[in-house]
Amino acid sequence: MKKKSIVTLCFVVALALILNYVAFIGFNIAGYSYDGAFGEKGIKKGIDLAGGSVITFQAATDSPTDDQMQVVESIFQTRMTNAGYTEARISQSEGGKITVEIPSVTNTDEAADLLGNVAKLTFNDADGNVVLDGATDIKDASYQFGQVEQNGPSIPYVKVEFNTEAREKFANATGAAAARTSDGTNYISIEMDGEEISRPSVREEINSESCVISGSFTPETAEMLANQIKSGQLPFDLTVVSKDTVGAELGPEALRSSLLAAAIGILLIMIFMVIMYRIPGLIADISLLIYVGLIGLAMGVFHVNLSLSGIAGIVLSIGMAVDADCIIFERMKEELRLGKTIRASITSGFDKAFSAILDSNITTIITCVVLYISGIGTVTGFATTLGIGVILSMFTAIVITKFLLKQLIGIGIENRSMFYNTKANKGGAEA
Amino acid sequence: MKDLTKNRWKFLIIPALIVLAGVVLYIVHGGFNFDVEFLGGVRMQVNLHTDFDNGEIADLVQQNTKDTVSATVQKGTTNEIAVIKTPPVDDSVKDEIFNALKDKYSLADEDLISVSSASASFGLEVQRKALMYTLLAIICILIYIAIRFEWRSAIMAVFALAINVLVMAAVYAITNIPINTTFIAAMLTVIGYSINNTIVIFDRIRENQKLRKKNETIADMTDRSINETLGRTINSTITTLITIVLIYFLGVSTIKDFALPLIIGIIAGAYTSIFIASTFWAAWRESNMKAKAAAAQERKSNKKNK
Repeated sequence: MKKKSIVTLCFVVALALILNYVAFIGFNIAGYSYDGAFGEKGIKKGIDLAGGSVITFQAATDSPTDDQMQVVESIFQTRMTNAGYTEARISQSEGGKITVEIPSVTNTDEAADLLGNVAKLTFNDADGNVVLDGATDIKDASYQFGQVEQNGPSIPYVKVEFNTEAREKFANATGAAAARTSDGTNYISIEMDGEEISRPSVREEINSESCVISGSFTPETAEMLANQIKSGQLPFDLTVVSKDTVGAELGPEALRSSLLAAAIGILLIMIFMVIMYRIPGLIADISLLIYVGLIGLAMGVFHVNLSLSGIAGIVLSIGMAVDADCIIFERMKEELRLGKTIRASITSGFDKAFSAILDSNITTIITCVVLYISGIGTVTGFATTLGIGVILSMFTAIVITKFLLKQLIGIGIENRSMFYNTKANKGGAEA
Repeated sequence: MKDLTKNRWKFLIIPALIVLAGVVLYIVHGGFNFDVEFLGGVRMQVNLHTDFDNGEIADLVQQNTKDTVSATVQKGTTNEIAVIKTPPVDDSVKDEIFNALKDKYSLADEDLISVSSASASFGLEVQRKALMYTLLAIICILIYIAIRFEWRSAIMAVFALAINVLVMAAVYAITNIPINTTFIAAMLTVIGYSINNTIVIFDRIRENQKLRKKNETIADMTDRSINETLGRTINSTITTLITIVLIYFLGVSTIKDFALPLIIGIIAGAYTSIFIASTFWAAWRESNMKAKAAAAQERKSNKKNK
């Protein structure tokens, strides 16, 4: 019995260490690999930790439908992917709001322009009639650099490819325009969101599957225009309601210092628990170690979006994780002071502590749920990590701590002073 | 600790003093320091690489913006970092401000540490939402306690909570820490934590009440319950404080602004749980029982007289 308990105890400690190693450093065994909570496949770092931009748009229409918002989201996705912002995250919230987080990109204004433009591209004749519509007639658009005219300088331009139908329409329109050479209205006006960007003159019917839009472009603006045309047009105007930029240096510093605080905090709590509760304190430390490993693993595996407030939630949950242990051990001390055996004290201390642990944790979970549904960015991050933390800590306190305490009974420690200060007067709580 | 229930009114003095200090400084500071998320506007953090005078920067902003924007300027984490805040303005203003600073202090683009801007309506919505969800959370907790304990406990828990929230608000008024969305997170953490403490004590009262001897008054039983749980209340407050205090000392400025109110809130939470929630509950419960007993006595004597 005694031997078996000691072996089990050592086994759990080893397991706790392995768990932490896997959670934070990762493993690579037989083709399966995981590079830890802070690795590439682990947690997603929020903008406040990674640096970058957060932009919130508001649909400038009364009641956008879910379908429309979906269209907006997929257009945003395309535009950002094309622009190379592959790690961007998009989230919708009620009332036609859509928030975009772009890590590492600090040129927030440019990103807001790229995303927010409706990109309604039209080809009009001199009378203002729409002859081609970018939403239906364009197959592809690309940024090019080179000569637009013979012997002309090399300039940035956008090449637009038509589909078959559009090719025909364009031929008709250019034919009609060419016929008006006499009064100087032989042009096609190319407009983007109602603003003319180019007005090429037409001398003859053009029957071609592509056309060139040139104007006063820089390579960047030409590329952006091509990207916007290609991704399609937004169903309505979007206005920017909030913008955040976090510099690249602030973020990593925030993460580093918070992690340091967490590490030192855990160490101090461990020391504190051993001083206050002796052998059971050591048990609590093992539970805490398992808890830290579990939370690291949970964050990494579920790719939790970790922001500063999320870290605060974790750190708080670590403090609260040992709370359940405190409740149990205080109860045990009381039972021991009443003269009960160690075995009986552990069992009844546990049973009596249970209702307090349950009720106090459930209220915290209630708060987390309400916070989570609030949808306020920083607050949901906090609620997620605190919520996961509280649930995991209930598990470690109720299951792991209890299991380990049972092993203590098995080892059969008879020395009561390893559990509490036997010299203190019996009514020790009367401080 | 003895006679906690008897002295319950005295325990209100400390929170009252803090709240009073809060009110005074609220007036001195001209209200809370609402951040752009709540009021709309632009907030930018710029590393000027040299010590500066707040008023000078504010003047610079006013002179170099088209609409002569009047900004408030504060020192950031170091004396070389300026935190500039404006009321809701046109988006182009932030470029105007940064360009002016760039020229004067010959800065590089990286010296713009962070920028946030929000429209006034967006700010209002966040404010409204924050308030709504805080109230919702409190109501949910109240219902839960009323089910698991009794309705008087729920009311007293919320009473203690209200004191807690007032103390927290006072801390924000006294320190002039900006109120933004992390304020909500801080408030709700403290609400959750304070309730946590209160419940552990209520749980003990619930248990002791079942085994209460006839000659022990409710007040004595409550005092005993508070003392029995005192070790746990103090120890778990210490473990929670350890991590947050470390975050305060090691963290960056945004997280410092979050940690300080939390530290005070958690201490206040422990205080109100120990000294206010259950003592006022006990007094209420006792006067209620006395009234019942008196009524029963009266009925008895009425019967006799007939």
